[in-house]
Amino acid sequence: MKVFFAFVKKEFWHVIRDKRSLIILIGLPIVMMLLFGFALTSEVKNSNIAILDFSKDQATKTLVERIDQSQYFTVNKYLDSENEMEGVFRKGQARLVLIFPQNFENDLSKDKKTQLRLVADASDPNTANITINYASAIIRDYQNELNENKKLPYTIEMETRMLYNPQLKSSYNFVPGVMTLIMMLLGAMMTSVSIVKEKEMGTMEILLVSPMKPIMVLVSKAVPYMVLCFLDIILILLMAVYILEMPIQGSLVLLLAESLLFIITTLSLGLLISVNVNSQQVAMFISLVALLMPSLIFSGFMFPIENMPLPLQVMSNLIPTKWYYSIVKAIMVKGLSFEFVLKQTLILAGMTVFFLTIAIKKFKINLEA
Amino acid sequence: MMSEIVIHTENLTRKFGDFVAVNTISFDVKAGEIFGFLGANGAGKTTAMKILCGLLSPTSGVASVAGFDVYKENEQIKENIGYMSQKFSLYENLTVRENIRFFGGIYGIDRKSLKVKSEELIQRLGLGLEADKLVGSLPLGWKQKISFSVAILHNPKVVFLDEPTGGVDPITRRQFWDMIYEASAKGITVFVTTHYMDEAEYCDRVSIMVDGAIAAMGKPSELKKQFAVENMDGVFLQLARGAKRSE
Amino acid sequence: MSSISIKNITKTYEKGKVLALDNISLEVKSGELFGLIGPDGAGKTTLFRILTTLLVADQGQATVAGLDVVKNLWDIRKIVGYMPGKFSLYQDLSIEENLNFFATVFNTSVEENFHLIEDIYVQIEPFKKRLAGKLSGGMKQKLALCCALIHQPKVLFLDEPTTGVDPVSRKEFWDMLDRLKTRAITILVSTPYMDQASRCDRIALIQKGKILDIDTLQNIISKNTQLLLAVKGEQRFRLLNDIRAYEDTLTCFAFGEENHVVLKSGREKVDFLSKYLAEKKHKGVEIKPIEPNIEDTFIKLMLESENTQ
Repeated sequence: MKVFFAFVKKEFWHVIRDKRSLIILIGLPIVMMLLFGFALTSEVKNSNIAILDFSKDQATKTLVERIDQSQYFTVNKYLDSENEMEGVFRKGQARLVLIFPQNFENDLSKDKKTQLRLVADASDPNTANITINYASAIIRDYQNELNENKKLPYTIEMETRMLYNPQLKSSYNFVPGVMTLIMMLLGAMMTSVSIVKEKEMGTMEILLVSPMKPIMVLVSKAVPYMVLCFLDIILILLMAVYILEMPIQGSLVLLLAESLLFIITTLSLGLLISVNVNSQQVAMFISLVALLMPSLIFSGFMFPIENMPLPLQVMSNLIPTKWYYSIVKAIMVKGLSFEFVLKQTLILAGMTVFFLTIAIKKFKINLEA
Repeated sequence: MMSEIVIHTENLTRKFGDFVAVNTISFDVKAGEIFGFLGANGAGKTTAMKILCGLLSPTSGVASVAGFDVYKENEQIKENIGYMSQKFSLYENLTVRENIRFFGGIYGIDRKSLKVKSEELIQRLGLGLEADKLVGSLPLGWKQKISFSVAILHNPKVVFLDEPTGGVDPITRRQFWDMIYEASAKGITVFVTTHYMDEAEYCDRVSIMVDGAIAAMGKPSELKKQFAVENMDGVFLQLARGAKRSE
Repeated sequence: MSSISIKNITKTYEKGKVLALDNISLEVKSGELFGLIGPDGAGKTTLFRILTTLLVADQGQATVAGLDVVKNLWDIRKIVGYMPGKFSLYQDLSIEENLNFFATVFNTSVEENFHLIEDIYVQIEPFKKRLAGKLSGGMKQKLALCCALIHQPKVLFLDEPTTGVDPVSRKEFWDMLDRLKTRAITILVSTPYMDQASRCDRIALIQKGKILDIDTLQNIISKNTQLLLAVKGEQRFRLLNDIRAYEDTLTCFAFGEENHVVLKSGREKVDFLSKYLAEKKHKGVEIKPIEPNIEDTFIKLMLESENTQ
């Protein structure tokens, strides 16, 4: 036990004295949170919208007012014909054109059915998508109100994505994503690099010719990074709650416990890398290319998995980050309890045991190739 | 014939803040001379050598290498010197021929004569069969011979050698010194720094630096007589024991 | 009593393609300061790694303090001290922190065995807060030795401890080893530098994975009965080439300012050599018979070993 503590103490010294790793450990989560929270936000505010109203009745007037009053849109221009649309987009006067057909109010009240067209400037597909979503949400709200007044069982499913994100805040999406990526980066990369460093420096040679058991070397290397990663999780959550004003809907204890499990998963991946390579460069390269890239692509954070071809969807199941990301979203955003994340938790735990077993089995007790 | 002065320093000084790394050293090295530049860790050898290679400017004093001033003519100096260190010499994952061509190119030898020169060199070293093998697969002794040959391929006025024969077997080491003698007979000045005093015995003349200054200079035989000891190790120990600073 | 016993050890790398150790046998007595002397690539580090359980030999047996290096791996790791060739301490930890860490790893404390390292440690103690990476070569070696000694090992393995260290620190290091001998610690030390052989009780000369000879330095040299001439002259390089071209020359190698020459015919033809050199118009030629030194002897054994192959 004394050996273990000496080791942990030593490991903290390494981290504290290496400015680069300190910056990565503390700076990276902060920078990523701020970047995603403020700079790279996918929220759209005061986007210009043009109106082409062939109806010009009370209903269209109310709806246009609503849109204009919302924080997302500013009504910029009224058009007279569809021919003007292209010009408006070209000059950048509007990102979205809302077209009301003739007899809009009439159709709505009589037939309970009407059409309405939203045309977006899709040269920036993401923004186009978001503005359309926002606009349809406002229209849907309006329709719901109408329905309520007339006591008719009439609903329209418009966009499920906003179900748990009524304010359409993008932080709901990226906070779990940032947590996932940070853990992958720090847990796997820093652990593997720190072990491989001992090999490169030749200190591993001395440690091997000592009574220390291999498992001890691995565990005592992993524990300090586990603590550091856990502190990072807390740091990210604090930032999420107090700076980005994103409440944690579910149980905090459950969220932290699941995070701890994922940290252990990433640490075992780091250990697995480190027992197989001999240089810090290779360890870093593998962590970035073989771990971070798939994590980024397959976690569901950047690209929706449902839209991928089937083989890639199947592959995404092998990526631990996908499961953790879905756990965090479930607890943080949807406020679900343990039984809803049981499946993901079991999969993560299984992966962890698998990685750890291989890492320990492959750890060499000597220098034989 | 051996009178041309190739390295000249006069009161050469280099300070880092308050620390005087090199303290008013003066010496001359003639063309074709094998000059041993000795000193303990931290005595100022490396700093002095960097100045002579044009990598570092002196604080004060005069120094010229191959007739070029170290203050102003660094680029000309670099074209007229060769450098070989035991640590860095050749690219292990290139073949012998590729290494020769690469370094020859760096030293500004034109393509045509480089082709001729590199084939000549391969023949002279008896490496006809090994020319297309990776350098990493060759024994240490061979690597050292190749890297020395590469360092003098462009016929420099001076070649700087940093602990050139450390770790090789006694026969290979002597074969290496044969090459150094040959270069010196051709008029190339050889400037050797080393920790190993038996390497110093091979030099025409040596200087020993202590605490940034030159404490002794002369032929090995003269120095041994002067300090009444059997070998250069004895000379060095007597001088360096009084040293105040270490790295 | 043997502290280290090596019997017919063979070790190859890259699936047998590279022969690192070729059927080596060697005994080191308890309390001995034994030197393994040979150039880089001779197999010194491989042998050290086999004895410290870091590598497994293809063939042969070895014991350290009576323990088998394969079967009693964990027992050996408790009782040996090892200083690898490359400086292998934590560069970002201070002298004090390194020492404490290694003491703990070996289940002991600095206080417990301080008597063992005291006279070495006092030399670096004034800098104990300094990071190991910022120490001079000599101080690093001293710290590494302290770390290897801190658990009172029975056998100490020092792989090229004085490479890259200046002559003053080198001499101090050997003086420290002399004092350690009085503590009944067996020391196996390797070096490529022949001049350090005189500091060992016994030495083994090793080259290309083979042992050329094992004995005391005096005995190894006295076995070399070859007649050796030291030849000096003004034009060193021309002299060397002319002697080599001489028909009676067996070997001629530069040794500092002199050339060491062995003649095929032995001493009686010395006069012919001086006459030959006079004909070649060499000036200031001095020829005198000398006692061979360890390098002369190593060269002779090397050539003999190559000829028998």
